[in-house]
Amino acid sequence: MTKQFELVVDRIKCDGRGLCAEILPERIRLDSWGYPIVAPGPIPEHLMGLAARAVDDCPVLAIALRRAQVQKQRPK
Amino acid sequence: MSAPQLLAGPDPSRGSERRAEHVARLGPLPKGGHALIELLVRTGLTGRGGAGFPVGLKWRAVAAASHGSAVVIANGAEGEPHSRKDRLLMTSRPHLILDGAMLAAASVNAKQVVLYIGEEHHAAMRSMSGALTERTEHERRMVRIVAAPPRYVAGDSSATVHLVDAGIATPTTTPPSPRDRGVGGAATLVQNVETLAHVAVIARTGIATDTVLITVAGGVRAPGVFEVNVGTPLGGAVQLAGGASEPVRAVLVGGYFGQWVEPAEAWSLPLDPHALRARGLSLGCGVIGLVPASHCAVCEVAGIMRYLASESSAQCGPCFFGLRALADACTRIAERGTDPGDLQRLQRWSAEVQGRGACKHPDGVVMFLQSAMKTFGDDFAHHPAHIRRSA
Ligand SMILES: Cc1cc2nc3c(=O)[nH]c(=O)nc-3n(C[C@H](O)[C@H](O)[C@H](O)COP(=O)(O)O)c2cc1C
Ligand code: SF4
Repeated sequence: MTKQFELVVDRIKCDGRGLCAEILPERIRLDSWGYPIVAPGPIPEHLMGLAARAVDDCPVLAIALRRAQVQKQRPK
Repeated sequence: MSAPQLLAGPDPSRGSERRAEHVARLGPLPKGGHALIELLVRTGLTGRGGAGFPVGLKWRAVAAASHGSAVVIANGAEGEPHSRKDRLLMTSRPHLILDGAMLAAASVNAKQVVLYIGEEHHAAMRSMSGALTERTEHERRMVRIVAAPPRYVAGDSSATVHLVDAGIATPTTTPPSPRDRGVGGAATLVQNVETLAHVAVIARTGIATDTVLITVAGGVRAPGVFEVNVGTPLGGAVQLAGGASEPVRAVLVGGYFGQWVEPAEAWSLPLDPHALRARGLSLGCGVIGLVPASHCAVCEVAGIMRYLASESSAQCGPCFFGLRALADACTRIAERGTDPGDLQRLQRWSAEVQGRGACKHPDGVVMFLQSAMKTFGDDFAHHPAHIRRSA
């Protein structure tokens, strides 16, 4: 199986510029206050290019691609 | 309240127990280490700070990431407005907490211990620092006290690390979790002070403790902290607090991140972390709050929502704006009466805010609000307009 990636937003860095949602509306929409809601799960292959652009173009570097992880309970 | 285990010994109202008395009563500090971690795993002890995470598993994880330089933070922030149990324990049984912290340090291979205490908890601060002067030189070198500002989120585990490291008691983005990378980059064990006191008892007896500290607040004759046996019905704790002072509208179980329960169901609920979890509830930080029937439930909820919104650390947009919007909508319903649009917005915004903060503050608030809207569904649906009495 090929490597799968998902988008993660650093909620503290993010200040709701909204560029990511313009670049990748297939996966990212904005909430009532203009902050991104990212669709859960791995990014489909054909959207990886745009996902990478959303990451690169974020003015505050708040969004990143990381290896898709299996959710498990971890201590805080 | 049969056989207290944490509050056994002199009456807590007599203040800070001296080390000599503590040792005479309980014997010397046993050894920490791998065997203690496995004992804690077997006893199934869960954290008393709110999240209820299994203690042994967390110690295992920190020990594995430690490389001999872990840090232990004893969390005595007690930012939950009605909670008093951590303060009572710090003021009356400081050596039990210090024993637990030293056992944790030995078990996870820590070089530093931080006593993280709410700066307004003056008596607790005096008691803990006084107790520290009675400990060994080695222990005094390891342990320091850090005063936390009186903010709700200052007790979040990543905020405790942030304050110790940078002097700012706001949560930080996770991962990394403090247990992997906390104070100064070292694996850090954050543990509530009551949890550590349980450890100090378990390490000596070799068996699980079977009590919990409960703060009973609101419409009772004698609010206070009570050590009850695990499994005591909630109504039993209310009786210890002198019983309800007037008819009860609902009970908030587990503090502000807890859930509302109708009295008929509440009295028989077992005060048992595992049993409550099995019913979809949580003992949380152990606060049981009674709301009298003479109070308007919607206004009560709106007031708490305003408080919780104002306690956002304002770092994450969805939390800062979303909680304010939710609190405003609740307040509008409370003051101007029910508006179907506001009810819909409460549902939509709750879903938008859920899971979208760096810390769990917005999740806790949404859980509280969802539970309120379920338990007080009729009140929310038919609330009359009444102007909030100004302070
Ligand atoms: C907003 C927020 C506030 C918290 N406040 C406290 C607190 O005042 N005291 C506390 O012990 N834990 C508090 N916690 C829980 C801590 O993050 C952490 O889970 C706990 O201290 C771990 O100890 P325990 O496992 O012994 O409960 C808070 C969590 C959140 C999200
Ligand atoms: S979620 Fe809210 S309280 Fe938590 S760090 Fe973000 S803004 Fe602060």
